[in-house]
This record gives sequence, C-alpha cells and structure tokens, in this order.
Amino acid sequence: MPAKTRYSILSLVRNALSYHENWEEAWRSPEPKPEYDVIIVGGGGHGLATAYYLAKEHGIANVAVLEKGWIGGGNTGRNTTVVRSNYLWDQSAHLYEHALKLWEGLSQELNFNVMFSQRGLLNLAHSPPEMRGLARRVYALNLNGIDSELLDLGQVKAFCPILNFSPKARYPIYGAALQRRGGVARHDAVAWGYARGADARGVDIIQNCEVTGFLISNGRVTGVETSRGTIRAGRIGVVAAGHSSLLAKMAGFRLPIQSHPLQAAVSEPVKPVLDTVVMSGAVHVYVSQSDKGELVLGAGIDGYNSYAQRGSPKIVEDMFGALVELFPIFSRLKVLRTWGGIVDVCPDASPIIGKTPVEGLFFNCGWGTGGFKATPGSGWVFAYTIANDRPHPLNEAFTLERFSGGRLIDEHGAAAVAH
Amino acid sequence: MLLIPCPWCGPRDESEFACGGEAHIARPTETDRLSDADWADYLFMRTNPKGVHYERWVHRLGCRRWFNLARSTVNHDILAVYRMGEPPPASLTDLKARGG
Repeated sequence: MPAKTRYSILSLVRNALSYHENWEEAWRSPEPKPEYDVIIVGGGGHGLATAYYLAKEHGIANVAVLEKGWIGGGNTGRNTTVVRSNYLWDQSAHLYEHALKLWEGLSQELNFNVMFSQRGLLNLAHSPPEMRGLARRVYALNLNGIDSELLDLGQVKAFCPILNFSPKARYPIYGAALQRRGGVARHDAVAWGYARGADARGVDIIQNCEVTGFLISNGRVTGVETSRGTIRAGRIGVVAAGHSSLLAKMAGFRLPIQSHPLQAAVSEPVKPVLDTVVMSGAVHVYVSQSDKGELVLGAGIDGYNSYAQRGSPKIVEDMFGALVELFPIFSRLKVLRTWGGIVDVCPDASPIIGKTPVEGLFFNCGWGTGGFKATPGSGWVFAYTIANDRPHPLNEAFTLERFSGGRLIDEHGAAAVAH
Repeated sequence: MLLIPCPWCGPRDESEFACGGEAHIARPTETDRLSDADWADYLFMRTNPKGVHYERWVHRLGCRRWFNLARSTVNHDILAVYRMGEPPPASLTDLKARGG
C-alpha cells in the first residue's frame, strides 16, 4: 500500500508547479477479491467511517466497502449538512455527543478539510409550551455535560437579528435553545476524507457493485452475491439507508423501518447574511448558509413510502412558506434547485445499530432524517460492534430487540423536524 | 404531486389527503397468547417494499373517509384504489406472486 501524500500547504505549492495535473488519486478502484475479513455494504459516510475505524482502531484492514453507485452519491451528498448533539435521552445524547467530539478533530484526523464550522445552532420556540419543551431538553443536556442554553427573546434578537420578530407574525418567536458547538460540515468531503483514509489503511472501496443476496448457512452469513460476483466474508455490516428493508428481506428478517422521501433545497448564492443554523419545529424548516453563499434548507418527510428520490412539491412549497415566515428578508431569493433523498424512518426516530437474527450480519440503519451529524460516531461504534461481535456501551441500547422488549428511545422531539 | 382518486369524491389533489401507512395489517386476535416478538411484528415491523405498496389513505380535507391504494414506491404510479375491508385486486397480487 503506497503511503498517501500528506495534504498541506507544501503539497499544494508542489502540485501548483505542475498545474495540479499530477495529484495522486484519493483512493484506488480495485477489483473485488474473492474473500475479505469484513464486508461493509454501502459506501456512504457511515459505511466508509465504519471501514476507516475498523482499520484504524481494530486492526482489521482486510475490508471491502461495496457501493452500488458511487461514493457519496446517496444521502451523504443529499443532506443539509447540519451537525449537533442536542438529543433528549441519555442514550442518544451520549451517542451524538461522541460523534460531535469526533467531528471536532476530524479534519486533522483525516488530513482532509471537512470544513466543519461550529457556528451555533438555534432551535426556535414560538409559544410558552414549546419553550418548556426546549427547556426540558436543555436541562437534560446540561445534566449530561453537553453544551446547550436557553435564550429569551432579547437574546435571540441579539444572536440572529434578521429573524422576523414582529409580534404580528403568524407564529411570533418566543425564545430559543442554542447549541454553540453545533454547526455544519461539507458533506461530500466527509465521504471523500473517510474513503481516502480507509483506502490508505488497505480497505478496498468497490463502486458500482450492488449486493443482490446474502450467502447464509446454518444461520451464519458467509458472503454476498453482488453484481460483480460472489464475495465471501465471515462478518458483514450493512449501512444502506433508504434500502435497509430490502437488504433485511434478502437476509430473511423484517425491520421496523419505512422509506420516505426527505426533500431539501438551495437558493441562489448571496453575500454572507446568516452566520448560524436556524431551525423551527413549529413552522417546519431549518436553514443555514453555505460557504458559497447559498441558503441550504430542508423540510420534513413526505408522508408516503417511496424509493424514488423525489417527493411532492407541496412539501417544498410549505418549506419556502416557513422560510419566508421566519425571514421576510429572503422573500425575493431565487431557488437554485430542490432534490430528495430516501431516508429510513424508525418508529421511535432512533437508529438501529447492532446484531441481527443472522450470525455475523450486522445492521446500522434507521437514522431517519438526521444521520449525517452522527457519521463519525456511527462508524466508530459500528466498527467496534463488528470487530468485537458485541455492541459498545454507546450503542447497546440501539438494538433491533428494543422493539420487542418495549425499550424504545423516543427522540421525535429532537429529530422529527430538525436535522 | 399525487392526483389521488378518492372512491367517493373522484380525483383530488394530494394535499387534501393523509397517508396512513401499510394496509392489511390485522390486529392479532388471541392477544393473551402473543409473544413479545409477535407483538413487535404487529406494532412495528413493516413490509416497506420497493414496488407495489398497499397503503391506507384518508381524504382528510374532503369526505374524511378511509380507503386503500395500491401505489408504486418506485415511480409513484397509482395502480388501484379499493375500499376498506376489500382485498387488493387479484391482478396485482398475481403479478406480485410471480415476482412482479
């Protein structure tokens, strides 16, 4: 495995001398080997992070990541890039906070600029009951040692003055919760950075390779059938958001997951105007401004099941209505594009990370509308689970069995709108 | 946007409807003998197919009545509409049995 060039100001200058035509590839495109120690199904951020931490933390480098499309072409490249850890229950708070801590050192860790920007994340409340709900969440977070604070109306005005503070608004702003360590990251760079880091440690990243079935004997998984032939492995991790139910069906079990479209949009680019992330559950929108100047905004899910990677215009219309309600200043902005991704929706808005009824087969799914923020933590705990054949304390509550044991982790308050 | 053929009101805009999820999930009868796994299957596990999905809808802002749709989750085509309590059209289930 040739060592990768370290990205730095020096490598930038050196490559400038040859007109940037001689940069080495960030990862190889090898032919699949007939057998690996571990196969990861799904080459999104979570799958690539899993492969990276398997190689780095657990010394398991004989790993293949199988991606049916191309790296970062699924939900990793379709989300609204928000990162936060303000979840209510202890189990979720610890999991997402672990991810947030990994985010804070990720660019250095991967030697790849993921443009993580902790610009703060403002959750608006529009009524006293909503404010009490936020207060409950803030206090729970503080008990878990996670930064979060309540802002009254005056403090919200000072923090984000371009919001509509008119008492005549349809939903007047009442207050907010703020997580200052929250923010945004560049989603593509996260996939590319993990892909490059995993590849450098010996992981084979195999694109255009769709899994069509599992090889199972005596209740144990032994490999996968793919569009590029049979590949064997004793341990297989599936991280294929949107299509988790289909893969579970191939392996012979059912999941409590439904696939729904989640839509997002960007505006034309404008000069810096919004220096934080704003979300509102009451009017149903969340928005930030990208470094290119586009407003990036997202909606709630479409109500019906779909695999079509598109949704109904009604959702987009509601999303823009909500945006203009919060920010009348944006009413003349043009929309550059809208799109949809297919998300796994779980009944309790919490993920499933762990073992399955098939020995050696692990699933990481059900992140619903907010998986991007968890990417590093999700990969980290999933790598631990696969390497040790048991969950890490951070993900031991997120089993598939919680649905038969009645131990649901209801995060609709933290996850239903906000991502 | 879906144009949904309500069995009572005719074709109406999707915004008048709400989707009630997978159809034909029967509540178990002998609940005192049901295992935890069977309860979980009834309450939470879903088919979530890529292809024909049998689902319940309610004409929320119209006649407020429930009905079933067979709809493709790949291209959103509505393949059949039928009333509550009726089985899905045989033409579709035959197709499905053949792997369609």
